[in-house]
Amino acid sequence: MPESVPWHQTAVAVLKRHDVRLVTYVPDNVLRPLIEAVHADPFFTAFATTREEEALGIVAGAWMGGTRGILLMQTSGFATLPNVIASLAVPFQIPVLMMVSERGTLGEFNLGQALVAKTMRPVLDSLALEHHTLTRADEVEFVLDRSIRQAVATQAPVCFILSPLLTGGKVFAA
Amino acid sequence: MSFASNHPARREDAKVMNRAELTRRLVARLHHDEAVIGGIGFANFDLWGAGQRPQNFYMLGSMGLAVPIALGVAIAQPARRVVALEGDGSILMQLGALATVAGRRAANLIVVIWDNGAYQITGGQPTAAAEVADIAAIARGAGIAKSAWAADEGDFEEMIARALTEDGPWLIACRIDQARPDSTTERDPARIRDRFMRGIGARH
Repeated sequence: MPESVPWHQTAVAVLKRHDVRLVTYVPDNVLRPLIEAVHADPFFTAFATTREEEALGIVAGAWMGGTRGILLMQTSGFATLPNVIASLAVPFQIPVLMMVSERGTLGEFNLGQALVAKTMRPVLDSLALEHHTLTRADEVEFVLDRSIRQAVATQAPVCFILSPLLTGGKVFAA
Repeated sequence: MSFASNHPARREDAKVMNRAELTRRLVARLHHDEAVIGGIGFANFDLWGAGQRPQNFYMLGSMGLAVPIALGVAIAQPARRVVALEGDGSILMQLGALATVAGRRAANLIVVIWDNGAYQITGGQPTAAAEVADIAAIARGAGIAKSAWAADEGDFEEMIARALTEDGPWLIACRIDQARPDSTTERDPARIRDRFMRGIGARH
């Protein structure tokens, strides 16, 4: 099997191919290589927001103005979004792209993260949102490429969950 | 001299005006297909009542997101002026957005705050703005230097005229009365979004 390309490099390539120029995020350590890559590349407009809701609102506005965007966050940040997904992105048919660094599983050390993580997939499923959990670097290209196409074609949000199996996750420092 | 020093220093020094009238005065000054994002509740009911321009976007939920949505439009279309209309209760819910707007130096963004000190649509419960919070000052503290109270209707029009031609970001805070809107926004989100996108040339 050939040496696999790191997930964040693949993500950058697919975002560029689909002209996804705007990246809003609430910082996360696992997402750091992707955040640093989009900041380093003038193709992207990338910046941190104070809340994930705000990041979603900006991406929604930019879509309506003709610019595609994605928001990056961790699991606990996703848990703050159901209201704005259900009252803005879904009813207004705005293909908001979301990427979540998954905490709360596979070695989580913080009980709060472990509990809030349990709400994520039920929320996505109850809103009938397309979502995919990425566990292998060799699947990142296909899943992102096809799902961005689908989101735009069907005018519906999509959520990519980056499993610790893909990213290594965050481990207890002690 | 700073922008704010030419306007009322404190909320209580500003005249109490009428949201529907100010919205009509604002819309009458829009001659270049400026985008307007109407925050939830009475802010967008009065925007609807001032005439249904295709460049208007009417929120039907997502309380507090008028400024982020407007910032997104402003980033996507830097040559177009974008106005966010938001109530005091709504902006108090998403104050961090003011710091983000300042950090992005969003030159084409104008935030208008309708401050009646109340969650009017839910029964008039007082907001923090009624007694302690000064939203124009909060915005300056967040980094939006061109943030001030409109003294009266004439001052509001002058501030809007300046904000439509000079670089922002701007925040224009208006004290308003408790009058209820005459009309209600048509609640058809897909239609609102599609009309808005065509109105600002993002879809043909």
